[in-house]
Amino acid sequence: MIHLRGASFVYQAPDGEVEALRRVDMDIAPGEFCSVVGPSGCGKSTLLSVISGLEPLTAGTAEVDGAPVCGPSEKIGFMPQRDQLFPWRTIRDNVTLGLTVTKKRTPEALVYADTLLRRYGLWEFAGKRPSQLSGGMRQRCALIRTMATNPKILLLDEPFSALDFQTRLSVSSDISRIIRQEGKTALLVTHDISEAISLSDRIFVLSARPAVVKSVHDLTALQGLSPLERRDTEAFHTYFQAIWKELDHHE
Amino acid sequence: MNNASPSPARQAYLLSVRRQKRQVHLWQAALLLGLLALWELSCRVGLSDGFLTSCPSRMAATFLNLCRSGDLWRHIGVSCGETVIGFLSGTALGTVVAICMWWSGKLARILDPYLVVLNALPKTALGPIFIVWMGAGQGAIIVMTLAISLIVTILNMYQGFLSTDGEKIRLMRSLGASRWQILWLLVFPANAPTLFATLKVNVGLSWVGVIMGEFLVSQAGLGYLIVYGSQVFNMDLVMTSIVILAAAAVVMYRLVLWVEKFLNRFWGKGL
Ligand SMILES: Nc1ncnc2c1ncn2[C@@H]1O[C@H](COP(=O)(O)OP(=O)(O)OP(=O)(O)O)[C@@H](O)[C@H]1O
Ligand SMILES: [Mg+2]
Repeated sequence: MIHLRGASFVYQAPDGEVEALRRVDMDIAPGEFCSVVGPSGCGKSTLLSVISGLEPLTAGTAEVDGAPVCGPSEKIGFMPQRDQLFPWRTIRDNVTLGLTVTKKRTPEALVYADTLLRRYGLWEFAGKRPSQLSGGMRQRCALIRTMATNPKILLLDEPFSALDFQTRLSVSSDISRIIRQEGKTALLVTHDISEAISLSDRIFVLSARPAVVKSVHDLTALQGLSPLERRDTEAFHTYFQAIWKELDHHE
Repeated sequence: MNNASPSPARQAYLLSVRRQKRQVHLWQAALLLGLLALWELSCRVGLSDGFLTSCPSRMAATFLNLCRSGDLWRHIGVSCGETVIGFLSGTALGTVVAICMWWSGKLARILDPYLVVLNALPKTALGPIFIVWMGAGQGAIIVMTLAISLIVTILNMYQGFLSTDGEKIRLMRSLGASRWQILWLLVFPANAPTLFATLKVNVGLSWVGVIMGEFLVSQAGLGYLIVYGSQVFNMDLVMTSIVILAAAAVVMYRLVLWVEKFLNRFWGKGL
């Protein structure tokens, strides 16, 4: 579904070049839920920008759903840091923002958006403003906004970082359940190792900037368990120790 | 917290808050009445010369005279009209320029030094130029008012546009939004509070422009009444006009607050 080959990216800043990605290889299969962890400032957000076509690669190739990436695509839904709901729009108008932007406010698309709102318990809030929702509901609303354009792939950039620990646990498992239920392919950026382990099928560990893929962890031992069940297993701690060690080496 | 009957402690607290509020209002009224009484008294007993300092009773008489002759509403109307046209056009034009600057970073960089100079320059100094260009009439007054609020608006709005959350812009871009869409769906509504803050500043600034302009050239308006009164040594007229001016300025400011509140209700709490 997502294929990166030797993907490299360099920012041109006034005070010099900033190499963010160096020859990153990545293959993500349809329906897979993958996470990316790495030290802060290593290039995780840049990786998502590159995949979603916001920044063109400096070198290498990026392919999404069988076609090379060139500019933003409707195959990809992007979920930014914090929920980024627009406070002046109602929940329903927030959810259909993507439809407005792409001028696809067709009756079917609106029905689909309403279906998502109903299915995930936000229907009664459709006319409310984001400020009237709890943090968890806002996050769910942000996810529905991302899914309303029916993308095959979801890119999530530390969506839970602003939530407190308790909310975060329940919201993240809530969100991952919805993503799996809708059969989406997902790539989650996080700096929380335990979150990555509890939610994903595979984890990519990135090095400090410039980011290269340091290792890939296949969480086969945790397959089929819910996020909370995973946190209770022996394998969880083994994975945690392994990834922690890899991130702990400060060059 | 939403119990039918609040606890006694809560009731006592609410009562004390209410009592304090009432006391503040009482003192405010007392202060006003006291000052007015002192003023009136000092005039009556001859401590001050009513011809120079006027006094509440003489002002009241002047006010009634103005009302009766029908001039009052004409003068208020002229000044308010100039102010409203001035601050609305200044705000609108300034916002348009700020949008252009947001659109083209190059334009913003080019205009930057000019804005710095124009912002530092006291705009009232330009009054005589406008009078020469526009003729000694309402046109010159309105242009001066506009000039005063224009630069502030450009600077405020541009700053607001620039501070739009980068992550929200990234979200819009990932949806494939054009620059127009980012402007109309995100940057502009996100800065509605900035717009209203600017509008409130501009109401005050516009009164400065209007009064200044009316001092220089005019046949009507509150500024005209003040200048005319001082020229014919009618301090009663001067003082009365100033009080009316204060009232008009407050009412107009309240009106803007009210419009903001109304639109907030319309757009939701987020604004
Ligand atoms: N527009 C830009 N111009 C120049 N350098 C940039 C730009 N955007 C990001 N960078 C730099 O590129 C590097 C990678 O940035 P990126 O945002 O991808 O990191 P990140 O891993 O997402 O960080 P964080 O954990 O803080 O979210 C950082 O060192 C950052 O300073
Ligand atoms: Mg980031």
